Amino acid sequence: MKRSEFLKLSGLVSGSLLVPGFLQAFTNKQSLFQGKRIVFVQLSGGNDGLNTLVPFRNDIYYKLRPKLALGADKVLKINDEAGFHPAMEGFRRLFDEGQLSIFNGVGYPNPDRSHFRSTDIWHTASDSDEYLNTGWLGRLLDAECKGSENPWYALEVDDTLSLALKGARKSGFAMKEAERLKSLLQDPMFEYLAERRMEARANSEQEFLYKTLRETRSAAAYLVEKSAAKPSGGLYPQHELGNALRQIASLISAGMESGVYYTGLSGFDTHVRQAETQQRLLNILNESISAFAGDLKTAGEWQNTVVVVFSEFGRRVKQNASNGTDHGTANNVYVFGGGLKNPGMRNPLVSLNDLDDNDLRHTVDFRELYASLLDQAFEFDHQKVLGRKFNTWPLL
Amino acid sequence: MTEAQKIAHLLRRSGFGPGLRSARYGTLNEALNGVLQGSNKYNTLFLPCEEKVTTGELLSMDKEARKEILLDLAANIKRLNLEWLKEMGRAENQLREKMALFWHGHFAVRVRGYAQVESYINTIRKNALGNFGDLLMAVSKEPAMLRFLNNQQNRKNSPNENFARELMELFTLGRGNYTENDIKEAARAFTGWSFNDEDEFELKPQQHDFGTKTIFGKTGQWEGEDVIRMILENQQTAKFVCTKLYRFFVSDSPNSAHIQEMADAFYQSKYDIPSVLRLVFNSDWFYDDAIAGALIKSPVELIVGLNRSLGVSYSNPQPLLAVQRVLGQTLFFPPNVAGWAGGRNWIDNSTLVTRLNLPKRLADASELDFAGKFNMDDESPNESEKPRTKVSLSCSIAWETLAKQFTANTPDTLWEALHLYFLATPGIHEFPFALRNRCAGLDKIGQVREMALYLTRTPEYQLA
Repeated sequence: MKRSEFLKLSGLVSGSLLVPGFLQAFTNKQSLFQGKRIVFVQLSGGNDGLNTLVPFRNDIYYKLRPKLALGADKVLKINDEAGFHPAMEGFRRLFDEGQLSIFNGVGYPNPDRSHFRSTDIWHTASDSDEYLNTGWLGRLLDAECKGSENPWYALEVDDTLSLALKGARKSGFAMKEAERLKSLLQDPMFEYLAERRMEARANSEQEFLYKTLRETRSAAAYLVEKSAAKPSGGLYPQHELGNALRQIASLISAGMESGVYYTGLSGFDTHVRQAETQQRLLNILNESISAFAGDLKTAGEWQNTVVVVFSEFGRRVKQNASNGTDHGTANNVYVFGGGLKNPGMRNPLVSLNDLDDNDLRHTVDFRELYASLLDQAFEFDHQKVLGRKFNTWPLL
Repeated sequence: MTEAQKIAHLLRRSGFGPGLRSARYGTLNEALNGVLQGSNKYNTLFLPCEEKVTTGELLSMDKEARKEILLDLAANIKRLNLEWLKEMGRAENQLREKMALFWHGHFAVRVRGYAQVESYINTIRKNALGNFGDLLMAVSKEPAMLRFLNNQQNRKNSPNENFARELMELFTLGRGNYTENDIKEAARAFTGWSFNDEDEFELKPQQHDFGTKTIFGKTGQWEGEDVIRMILENQQTAKFVCTKLYRFFVSDSPNSAHIQEMADAFYQSKYDIPSVLRLVFNSDWFYDDAIAGALIKSPVELIVGLNRSLGVSYSNPQPLLAVQRVLGQTLFFPPNVAGWAGGRNWIDNSTLVTRLNLPKRLADASELDFAGKFNMDDESPNESEKPRTKVSLSCSIAWETLAKQFTANTPDTLWEALHLYFLATPGIHEFPFALRNRCAGLDKIGQVREMALYLTRTPEYQLA
């Protein structure tokens, strides 16, 4: 589907034309927030990496996927062996402009093929036989990285908070829409409770709950204010991911003091009739990321923003009997931004000759990417969060 | 604490808090005996009118039929979840169900076969107040456990260490109290521990390693049962389990002297579970002011507690599954073998807001509107796109019955009585001015409703 058709179908009008001139005037101004921020986009259900970035010269790919493989004439080529799914024009453009780094074969040793377990492994940055209660970004908050004194430093645009953002002492902040969160605390009794003078034992659970209540109230009010300050002019698909990234773009443009944003898109568990489902989802992803990058460029914030797109695992190389694919292992990770070091293909495509029990062998541990982000974006020693030293990539 | 506060504290910790139909106790001693005797009985948890499908039957089906049945079975696990929730809400058996919830988190498994889940949870509920050694042995032989920890793949020629490792690390000894070699050798003793097509435990001799093993420095032809026996001989097991019991029943800040006291009693009683509980409930330190309200209720404790204390009856309890999921604790779906982390881990800004709003939603039988995370449990192909969980609660609260519980007849005395009934923290909140005004023109039932909806929406109500 072409972009114009998609917009017609999803009932969108060209939003940028509707932005009043006085709002445009605010853009291109440096925000109050100094430093880099990272936006995580999790593709839940296990996105099929091989049909997202297609190894169009590989015979094994075509042999193992007689019905699902995308032909060399269909893909959007980015070099002489790899091309994007046709829905991903925006990804190719950002790639060509040097604003995308692609990592191939990202995974971890002894991969787990259960959605929930593998998601937990990505969220906690644990080994595959290790169980942690805290997320890697939560541990960054626990370590009191710069800026984390704000309750909104790590913000998830969703109703519930992911394990990735849960620390032992501090956690990220979850909200689907700022207005909605605020309205849930509108009852005057919550104001009364938050404001009342009370005696609670220091460091007691009671004190902790009141602190969380107060912070939630003040953060909700602040987020409502910030969300409205710089409405985004981008063309986002009418979908949860589009709405989430639109909100994040507005907040970033308004100078929100958040270093971490977390959001996602689900539905990638394509065991049956993968082609239609994946096409639809990749379309949403592509449109959302493109609009987001555009918004931040307008706001002059793209340089300081990094977007990381990942999934809990990739899918089996061989297609199944239902024109779908089953749970697999290693996958691509996409890193976008205006200030990337060495953008482009960062490592070779993963081998299809050398499979491990019919699945891809990972060549990059996902924690190497976490380590690189911790060191380079947060300027924080990654060992303090990941527990040991990992190889890092010059990313930013 | 006053005697009345002590009784209320005991009922909160040994069960799911006060209920409309709970027995009334005059003294702490009566309450203690009541709590322990009330849980003597055990009845099986099951879904009426539901046929069980065994692993063998599943294997004999063609792929499509199996897929369909598996979806039914997943739905059955959720129905069993709601049955258990209902059982927890009943007046009797409070301590047994509370202990079963503890053991469910301790021996955390998550499998998709309904028959295995039913068998597993009943083994836990049956042994919840028995002997820990018996419980450990029985759970270790449950198909759900063997399956979840890959013991079917643990064979003589290719041992799988998963069960042996978690047995020592998470169920008994805790990290640092065994060697890698102990795990390797113990795994050999558990080779061939499996189950048959009828979902019954079976030792498969052709897969079992009958050879000599050296475990914990002792050499012999050890069997799986020997490993469990040796683990129980180690006092560290009593200490490890008692530390978790302390965190569950007493406080999230462990006190090593009190835990040692518990561990000694547990070990000396040869792991008699009621003995160690009796010690806790009889200790002065259990009734210390600092202990009251020192625990954050788990989502299940919160839901069951509300159901009991308000007398909520549901015409459709289905939405309670969504509430569990959003709050982070769904029965039969623990996050991993280590169980739920508990404590402050339950709370973040979104779960707190959902918790604080829940009683009003129940009272109004209004819509709960939240999208949980992508529901990994369903794993139904191509329908996994995140559904917006708009669930309408259909339930009612027994305001009249609740009001009858209290003889107080002035707003101030009623406030104090309800405060003691609902909140665990010592010290009485001042009666808020706005609430007092609202109560002024209301009859007793109306006053009880207003006060209850205030008290259950406080941060303090999240505490036990």
